[in-house]
Amino acid sequence: MTRHTLSVLVEDKPGVLTRVASMFARRAFNINSLAVGPTEVPGVSRMTVVVDAKGDLIEQVTKQLNKLVNVIKIVELVSDNSVQRDHILVKVRADAATRLQVTQAADLFRASVVDVSTDSLIIEATGHPDKLTALLNVLEPFGIREIVQSGTLAIGRGSRSMSDRALRAS
Amino acid sequence: MSKGSPASPALMANKSAGQGGHSAAGIVAPNPTSAVVGPNNVVAPVRMLGSEAIVRSLEELGVKDIFGLPGGTILPTYDPLMASSLNHVLVRHEQGAGHAAEGYAMVTGQVGVCIATSGPGATNLVTPIMDAHMDSVPLVAITGQVASGVIGTDAFQEADIVGITMPITKHSYLVTNPEDIPRVLAEAFHLASTGRPGPVLVDIAKDAQQSHMTFSWPPVIDLPGYRPVFRGHSKQLREAARLIGEAKKPVLYVGGGIIKSHASAELLELAELTGAPVVTTLMARGAFPDSHPQHVGMPGMHGTVSAVTALQQSDLLITLGARFDDRVTGVLSSFAPHAKVIHADIDPAEISKNRAADVPIVGSVKEIIPDLAAAVKAEFEANGTPDLGDWWAFLGNLRDTYPLGWTEPEDGLMSPQRVISRIGELTGPEGVYVAGVGQHQMWAAQFIKYERPHSWVNSGGAGTMGYSVPAAMGAKVGNPDRVVWAIDGDGCFQMTNQELATCRINNIPIKVAVINNSSLGMVRQWQTLFYESRYSNTDLNTGHDTIHIPDFVKLADAYGCVGLRCERVEDIDATIQKALSINDRPVVIDFVVSPDSMVWPMVPSGVSNDQIQVARNMTPVWEEED
Repeated sequence: MTRHTLSVLVEDKPGVLTRVASMFARRAFNINSLAVGPTEVPGVSRMTVVVDAKGDLIEQVTKQLNKLVNVIKIVELVSDNSVQRDHILVKVRADAATRLQVTQAADLFRASVVDVSTDSLIIEATGHPDKLTALLNVLEPFGIREIVQSGTLAIGRGSRSMSDRALRAS
Repeated sequence: MSKGSPASPALMANKSAGQGGHSAAGIVAPNPTSAVVGPNNVVAPVRMLGSEAIVRSLEELGVKDIFGLPGGTILPTYDPLMASSLNHVLVRHEQGAGHAAEGYAMVTGQVGVCIATSGPGATNLVTPIMDAHMDSVPLVAITGQVASGVIGTDAFQEADIVGITMPITKHSYLVTNPEDIPRVLAEAFHLASTGRPGPVLVDIAKDAQQSHMTFSWPPVIDLPGYRPVFRGHSKQLREAARLIGEAKKPVLYVGGGIIKSHASAELLELAELTGAPVVTTLMARGAFPDSHPQHVGMPGMHGTVSAVTALQQSDLLITLGARFDDRVTGVLSSFAPHAKVIHADIDPAEISKNRAADVPIVGSVKEIIPDLAAAVKAEFEANGTPDLGDWWAFLGNLRDTYPLGWTEPEDGLMSPQRVISRIGELTGPEGVYVAGVGQHQMWAAQFIKYERPHSWVNSGGAGTMGYSVPAAMGAKVGNPDRVVWAIDGDGCFQMTNQELATCRINNIPIKVAVINNSSLGMVRQWQTLFYESRYSNTDLNTGHDTIHIPDFVKLADAYGCVGLRCERVEDIDATIQKALSINDRPVVIDFVVSPDSMVWPMVPSGVSNDQIQVARNMTPVWEEED
């Protein structure tokens, strides 16, 4: 299994997320994470889909995605040439005795504390998925009460824009 | 990984006109995605109801015939239909409407249209929609939906048909704003008929049908993500030509795409230029004339020894509009092990899906084949025409040694193969033959000689039992001047025979040959071969020496059709001739045949195509191989 990050420009139409998700389910492709949001172009959304695929299967995934009428363009972003970020909120057990240790750990990862109560903290962090895994490993001994994590967001490095050419062509 | 280059406008015009209309290129907007099917009449804005806009849009799209059945949520649209030029055929079950629209599309090349109400009406279209999706049939299914205000409340006859059909449509729409109706229908027809054809569902809320809107024509199609590629890449074409020039054992592996894109004439030219053997898949029967000396048969599970072996022994598959279906390849890893693969298809996702292609060519075979022929001609002129003498000697010998045939059944009943052969011989290649699914379908594919495209209609990918009668009905509406045979089984016939009423009342005189072996024959064959002849639930009691429930002759009579029964070999020709002489109403013939006849050759499931059997436990002798 190799992990691939696909950036997918789609028309912002009802059901487009279902179409993408349904295609993955029907073709037995594995989605590792999915993030959807608007772009700088009105009516166009961007999905970042992280897919685990063996061998040449990623070619089938992109071809099947391309067949969806609402899909405008697909680009695979390789980690060397792109910025990839996950966002995480973690609720950690922290009382007067451990609070300082927890906040120091968060500082090491340039994470911020966004909520404090008598026996817990909420830590917010953004980073490459590997970095967030490391953060969670460090927080684990204190007692993690709750985690919520976004899908990976990814964007190509340099000045080129993915939406530019795709939308001019249409 | 971005989508391909824009389509050629000339071809789009060609496609939308359904036949070669180069003069039409001028009236098509330069932006290919704005191609609206039909004559493109200009209609100035006019106020009308959404329901009227549906009917008017269909008229403007050039639709002549539609198949459907009304109900609560589509009722508003049935009212303006009364005053319309559209010929609406009222079916007895929505599945019949769907298959009829498919049969219509398969023989005419135009989009088939079916219409149904919400909920169960819509879900009854699911099987034909899936069938059209598997076989790439251009189909537009229009369904009523509950009013937009109650969508999501489990209202009476509410079903999320867009959701239900999402994996089996090329695209789908839910329309709640009546202003969208003309554009959505134009897009639906464009999507269904261009690129790789397929079914498009348009679900229209009842209140959108009942509200006023401003209609104008043609609408502007807005599909930024839909850009099918038609012309093959020149570098790939040259590479393909180079491989053809080098090949010692090439085979033209021809699929349904040739028929869908009306490319039979182009194929004939390429075939004769290369001199290579041609195999026509189940979906491509008729794409290349059976009588042509280069035709070596149908490949696959029930293909001829010569066709199956040609693929297995080949060093180059020239694959045109075919998709390496498991019924053709058998165990994929052992399929055509020595062959390089040229794969031309309009759907890039088919290329290297099952079998990796050495030379992928994305585009329409209608455009690719002439370009490839030109490249091959140049290649042959530069480097000489390859000598295929040894290859043909090998294949010719196989074709002569293992022709299609059958043994007479031991029970003294008629052999179904003979009945089907005679239907084909007495009707001729100008007829249309529409099969159900099972043994009779395979025999009809094997023993009727197809000389022209669009003469063979069947449910290939989906294998939908019950397809034959309604699809034949649609084919007859599309080709009223041709003899249309439904070659059906006794099992299949019982699934959809209510459409005989539709045929009788609407003067659609199809001919139905029920190949009555009193059982679910193909399943029974597998039970014979793989389950020690334990016949679990395959006996239907319709045939010889049974209680005849139902009696197909009486059933035909009840529907106002002519019912004939044929039980003796000596009566076969006279019965077929009689059916051919009746053209004022449908004819149903109950051909009482042996339940023991089996479809041969056969590649048993799960083994290599090299294990093809010409009869039970009999494999060809392979010493002839070089």
